[in-house]
Formats: sequence, C-alpha cells, structure tokens
Amino acid sequence: MIRIARRSLVAAVAASALVSGLAIAEEVKPAVGRSIVVASTTSTQDSGLFGHLLPIFTAKTGIEVKVVAQGTGQALDTGRRGDADVVFVHAKAAEEKFVGEGFAAERRPVMYNDFVLIGPRSDPAGIRGSRDIAAALRAIRGKGVAFVSRGDRSGTHQAELALWKAAGIELEAAKGAWYREIGQGMGAALNIASSMGAYVLADRGTWISFKNRGDLDIAVEGDTALFNQYGIMAVSPVKHPHVKAADGKAFVDWMVGPEGQKAISDYRIDGRQLFFPNADQPGA
Amino acid sequence: MRDLPSILPLRFEGVGLALGGRELVTDLDLVVERGETTVLLGPNGAGKSLLLRLAHGLVTPSRGRITWAAGQETVADRRRHAMVFQKPVMLRRSVHANLTHALAAAGFGWRRRRARAAETLDHFRLTHLAGRPARALSGGEQQRLAIARAWALDPELLFLDEPTSQLDPAATRAIEELLFGLKAEGRTLVMASHDLGQARRLAGRIVFMSGGRIIEHAGAKNFFESPRTIEAAKFLAGELL
Amino acid sequence: MATDIVSAFATAFGLIVGLDPTFLAVVALSLKVTLSALVLAAVAGLPLGALLGITRFPGRGATIVVVNTLMGLPPVVAGLVLYLLLSRSGPLGGFGLLFTPGAMIAAQTLLILPIVVALTRQTTEDLWGEYGEHLRSIGLTGARAVPTLLWDGRFALTTALLAGFGRASAEVGAVLIVGGNIAGHTRTMTTTIALETSKGDLALALGLGIALVGLTLAINAVAFSAGRIAARHVG
Repeated sequence: MIRIARRSLVAAVAASALVSGLAIAEEVKPAVGRSIVVASTTSTQDSGLFGHLLPIFTAKTGIEVKVVAQGTGQALDTGRRGDADVVFVHAKAAEEKFVGEGFAAERRPVMYNDFVLIGPRSDPAGIRGSRDIAAALRAIRGKGVAFVSRGDRSGTHQAELALWKAAGIELEAAKGAWYREIGQGMGAALNIASSMGAYVLADRGTWISFKNRGDLDIAVEGDTALFNQYGIMAVSPVKHPHVKAADGKAFVDWMVGPEGQKAISDYRIDGRQLFFPNADQPGA
Repeated sequence: MRDLPSILPLRFEGVGLALGGRELVTDLDLVVERGETTVLLGPNGAGKSLLLRLAHGLVTPSRGRITWAAGQETVADRRRHAMVFQKPVMLRRSVHANLTHALAAAGFGWRRRRARAAETLDHFRLTHLAGRPARALSGGEQQRLAIARAWALDPELLFLDEPTSQLDPAATRAIEELLFGLKAEGRTLVMASHDLGQARRLAGRIVFMSGGRIIEHAGAKNFFESPRTIEAAKFLAGELL
Repeated sequence: MATDIVSAFATAFGLIVGLDPTFLAVVALSLKVTLSALVLAAVAGLPLGALLGITRFPGRGATIVVVNTLMGLPPVVAGLVLYLLLSRSGPLGGFGLLFTPGAMIAAQTLLILPIVVALTRQTTEDLWGEYGEHLRSIGLTGARAVPTLLWDGRFALTTALLAGFGRASAEVGAVLIVGGNIAGHTRTMTTTIALETSKGDLALALGLGIALVGLTLAINAVAFSAGRIAARHVG
C-alpha cells in the first residue's frame, strides 16, 4: 500500500512539476493576443487614470497594455534596459535626455495636471490659501516645519527639487530633521505626511483619489510653477530590436490623437477633472 | 531455504581496524563454517559488534582480508547475508510495509513482494499486526519483526548483534525460539551476546573476545567446561574484566 | 483607526463571500505563482537536501552554512538579482520573462529552495543516523536511500514545504520587482496590498491582508489534519 502511495506521490510530483514547467513555458511563448509593456509613474496608476484609458484603447486596437508603475527615474531606466515598449512619465528634462541618448526617437507631450502643496489644516507654516509656492517653501524652511520628500528620483521628486531651487533655497545646505526623504511612492508619502502632520508636494490626481487624508488638505495651489507636464515615448527598436515598436507607436499615437485626448479629459473623480490633454501644444 | 551454492565459509585473515590512530580490533583470524551457530562473547568494548559489522560489509577493515567461499572478497548476491541490530531499526511505516520495503530494496517485484510479505508475516505469527505502525510495537515484537524482515530475504547467514539485550525474559525466550527455528532451517548464525545462559542454550561454537582481539575460538562445550585462557575463565566465573 | 479595522474586516468578508472577480483573479494568480514555485522547489530541493544530508564531501560544511544563510535571503534582493538576470539587457533577457508570472515563479522558487534544502538536509541527516545501518544492510546506499528517507521524513518535510509556502505567499519585495504589479497579469495579493496602501485605501489593503491570512490558515489546517490522520496510520 505504502509502495503504491509512494508511486502515486512521485507521479503527482512529476505531474505538478510538468504543469509548473508549462506555466513558465506559457509565459515564454509570445502571448496569443498582442500586448505591450508601458513603464509609467505611480501617480498615473494611483490616480486611476489607466483603469479608465486602457480598456478603451484595448477595445479599439486589440492590444493589451501592461502597466508597470514606478517612479519616473526607474521607469526611464526600465525603458533604457529594453524592458518596456513605451515610457509615459513626467519629467521633461529627463525625458529629453532619454531621447538624446537614442532610447526613443521622439517625445510627445500628452497632458498635464498640476502639483499641489498639501499640509495639515492647523497650518503651522502659515501658508494656507497662498498661490505663491516659492514663498510657501521659504516659510516652511524658515520655521523648520516638517516636510516629506519623495526622495526617489520620481517626476514629482524632481519637480520638488526644482521648486526649492526656484525659491532660492540651497537644499543640500538647508536639509535638517525637518526635511524627511522617504524614497517611496506618492501614496506612501501622503500616508506618512498624514500621520505626522507634515507638508508634502503631490500631484493633484493622486491627491484627489487618495483616501487616507486624515487632517491633510491643500495648502498651496494655482501657481504656474506647479504645472506638471506628462510626456510619452515609444522605446526605439534601434537600441532594443525586440521591442514591439509598431504596437508601442500605436499606443503613443492613440494617446496623443483625438480619441486618447478626449478619454483623458473625460476622466473624473467626484466630478473633478484630473488631467488636461495638451498634445496639440508644441513645446509642452 | 533456497538450494544455492553456499557463500560459506566466511574467513577473517589478520583483520584489523584502526580509527584516528586507535586500534579498535586487531589480528582477527576466524573461520565460520556452514551450518554453525557461533556466539561472540566478551565484555562491552571487546569488539563483538565491530566484528559483525566488518563481516556484513558495513565497515571496511584497514588491514587484513575478509573472504567468502572460493576466496571472493564480496558476495555477489548481497542478500545472502543479513543483519539484525541490537536496537531494531523500524521504518515509520506499518509492519507490512517494513517487510515490503526490504523486499523492494532486494529487487522483488510488486506481486512477489506481497506474496513473500504475507508468507513472512504468517511464519513469524505477525499477521494480526500487519497494519500496525511498526514503531508502536513492543520491544519484543519489534525485534521479531526485524528478524522476520531479515528472514524474508532468505539469507544463508544471519548476523545478530545482541538481539535480546534490551528485552525482558519472556520476550528473550520468544526470540530465542525464533533463532532455534532459523538453525533448524539450516541457516548459519553469528550472534554477539553477553548473556552466558543464552550462549549455552544456542551456541555451537564460541568466539571469546576482549580488548579488540579474539582470545579463544572453541566448541561451546569445550569453552564452557575448560576455558584455555585466564580471561575466559574469569569471564565465565562472572568476574569483571 | 478603529473604524478602519472594523471596515477592513467587513471588506475582507465582502471580498471572500462576494466572490469579487478581480479579487478571485488576484487570489488565483497568487496561488498559481506560489504553488508552482513550491512544486519546483520541492522537486529540486527535496533530493538535493537529502543528498546533502547523507553524503560526505569536502566543502559540505560550508555548503550547509551557505544554504542556511540563504534561508534568510531578503526577498527584495532575490527580486533584484532576478530582475538584472531577466531584464532584456541581462544575460537571460532573451526569454522575455520579466514582468510575467514566470518571473515571479522563478523569484519565489529562489526564496523557497534554500528552506526546502536546509530543512530536508536536517531531517534526512537525523533519519539517516537512525536508519543508516539498516538501509546499508539491505543495499540502499547513497542516492538509493533518498526515496526511503524522504518518505519516512514526510511529516517533517511537509512542515518544511509549508514554511516555504508561507515565506513565498507572504513576500512582496521579489514579486513586485520582477512582476511589476501589472493589473490582471502580475498583481498578487501582496502587491495589491502594497498598492492599496499607497493609494491610502487602508481598509481595502487590510481586508486583502485578512483574506490572505485566512487562505494561509486554511491551507495549513488542511495540511495539519492530513498529517494527523496519516500519522495515526503509520506512527
């Protein structure tokens, strides 16, 4: 009996090994349907924009879009390594560098939203309601009020660094206990700011869809310096011959075309528009 | 027992084993003839268990030669000799599966395995325990199963390492009855023991060991009535060596 | 906060009872990935561990120390190593496995394998100490002894496999890096929990966590009862 039991155990193990082998092989084979990998940012994913856009695109083209949400810096690296077919991020200078290195033929502007400075309602820096981000940052620095920085090379992090610079603050010199670099995504930064009553720079999309607000609210908004532009690039098949260049380009073209642009402006949470299409605005 | 060319005599010639510079057994010369029952006597540490392990091939000698019939160094069919240990090694399986496992290891096919296991259980009156976990048996039952498991492979020669030393008198008597049965079937036994009464009851020949050497090798009657060495005489007189 | 926890339990209950299709897909993928990794690790790790347990060779001690250390391999490190290997720019990039369940299976196999090898080594070594002379006496030496040792060590080994399952099903670092947490493709229970936490939906995140613990509990309960019943029959 035991002998039989052992034999069937061996058979079962062999069978399941075969099955998992097949499971892996199935992943190795090209998928039956067409699909592309898009490296994008946590802000686009966390805001729910992709959940709205992708079904529309897939229904029209039959191309499935797999989104890997990372910080802008990491998303660009993923593109550089050839692990994504399209990169969709928000850090114009870094994107132009990506094109300059030959990893993409061109960068197309897609849409913008804006950054907002989030802070506790008690407003220890006394900046609430201001439209001047530079003055607000100087006040935070001056009073040494807690500020949470993404610290992850993301688009939002890079925008934040540019804002400090524009406010005339040498961050490297000014850094202290008040300045908390967390090295995590937007949602994590908001969670941390919420729990410790700190200020934090966030993209409006993530802020609107963020649920664990606690005592947080918008402190500063509406400054033109808080403008947040998104760009999209198909990874060049010259550098990485295996990329799905045609399907990647189809996605880029759709995003900057009339249907994609309309779908972007249609996306709302609680009746509020999160992203504003501007592919027709050269130089954006 | 099958009618096959005998693997005996078993012959030790100048066999020694040293481990880490220490001589555990030295200059072992011994012949075990077909059909004999040889009991190895001697105090703890005399080298009785080691002699059995050397003979059974579990330990390789560092000096000397161990040969079988016609001078071969090994027995082609390994299961012609079997070993029963002082503390029975019971697999974590049923009594029946302990038998079929050993039979499978010896190359018995599924059908022959089941038939031989059934025959063995019956022969050793273990059939009523067939489905029981072997490790749940009493000490005496476990040793009975260990002997049955060795018997199942139909060995010509059995090595037994103090098979009753951990058993009570009733269980010891039951095991000795089994050993008489094995002798009656014409099997050759080599058994280590430190029980003089058991040696008197079972032995045809006695090998008396002390300090890693064979001190005396004689017929049982001669050994018990007129030991030739002082050590053997002291041992028989119950003195501590 | 208390309301968060209450609503987390409500959410968990709703997810499990309501058989939400997205939730079920995530659970199915998690199970597929972890069970596949477990099977692969068992097929490779049980014999390897047993051989390590009963053979003696130069460097064996060092091998055991390395394997024992790898039991504590941080998932994120395993993920990173595999990411660099499987990336299109890496040596195994040609397979196109990055950001697929296959990559996640590979990562979790890497995490489970040392646990299976190390615990199998310990179990079979102990068992060999008890069985060794008998098995050698009936001619089962070296690799021929392995099936007996694995079968007779099956209860301890089941525990080893459960430990491996627990480690793999609970980890997020490795699958997040090599899987990419792609909705509908490589999103497992743990990466979903991480995502919902970052979206600030703590109740949903905790709800998923409760569901995950429940699932693990169910699997352990089944394995435990099966072991109890089997143990009663073979001691």
